[in-house]
Amino acid sequence: MSSNSSSDSSFDVAVVTFPGSNCDADLRHAVDLVDGMTARAVWHKETDLGAPDAVLLPGGFSYGDYLRCGAIARFSPVMDEVIAFARAGGPVLGICNGFQILAEAGLLPGALLANRDLKFLCQSVTLSVEGRETPFSRGVTGPLTMPIAHMDGNWYADAETAARVEGEGQVVFRYSGGAPNGALHDVAGLTNAAGNVVGMMPHPERACEDALGGADGLGLFQSLAGFLQSR
Amino acid sequence: MRARVYVTLKEGVLDPAGVATAGGLKSLGFDEVHGVRLGKFIEVELDDSAEGFDAASARARVTEMCEKLLANTVIETYRIELEG
Repeated sequence: MSSNSSSDSSFDVAVVTFPGSNCDADLRHAVDLVDGMTARAVWHKETDLGAPDAVLLPGGFSYGDYLRCGAIARFSPVMDEVIAFARAGGPVLGICNGFQILAEAGLLPGALLANRDLKFLCQSVTLSVEGRETPFSRGVTGPLTMPIAHMDGNWYADAETAARVEGEGQVVFRYSGGAPNGALHDVAGLTNAAGNVVGMMPHPERACEDALGGADGLGLFQSLAGFLQSR
Repeated sequence: MRARVYVTLKEGVLDPAGVATAGGLKSLGFDEVHGVRLGKFIEVELDDSAEGFDAASARARVTEMCEKLLANTVIETYRIELEG
């Protein structure tokens, strides 16, 4: 249930926790920093997602990254409803491991391979914001600075898919100065053909307060609030 | 019955671990190494006691397992061997 049930007008943002998620609390905190939205924790075993206004999948290492990153979480009980919500046009954001889960679920094109240099990358990156308007990027303009922290963020798609993604303006965030992980076309984040599902490797929830070194990430959550208000 | 599943990255998908391993072999003097691809080897034990369960149905079921979970066909291919 909402931790802030007194504000009935608040938009309900479901944040799913998988076994091995490690940015879920940060993500709920980021949502709650924005006026008009209230985060709600959803355990992955839930089969009823409720009636959220948006769904967020956090970073981490669900199921220990066994088999492939996100491959097992993709079949968590809650995912049936997340996929239905996404297919119905609901706004869905997957961050880092959440991006990997959405790609494994077939909601986003391509796949995330191991970083080109086989190193875990934990650093700050600068992103350009481009492509089509999405619920999470409509209110932000680049450059944005936020951290990445991943082993498998090397976005890959076959040439035909990559050309279609570029042609349709589905690349939403791109690494400035080259992708540190080797991602094709320097893709840091992209959206689906319908524009309602976004996946990104960088962590906006870790860049939401000046005390954490920067607040560029907060814009994505404010963007979502603006999108929900505009509907 | 036992199924052996081999999952490898598709041709054309960069395999940095394979490239690094090939480099290691070459540095050991195995000059004939032209390329290395690393993949996964998965053994699946199957209950074959059900009536009508045969190699064909086993292969069909394991193929479904590969398509749904064991391989990501966006980036990987798989090969199945049955034993027993």
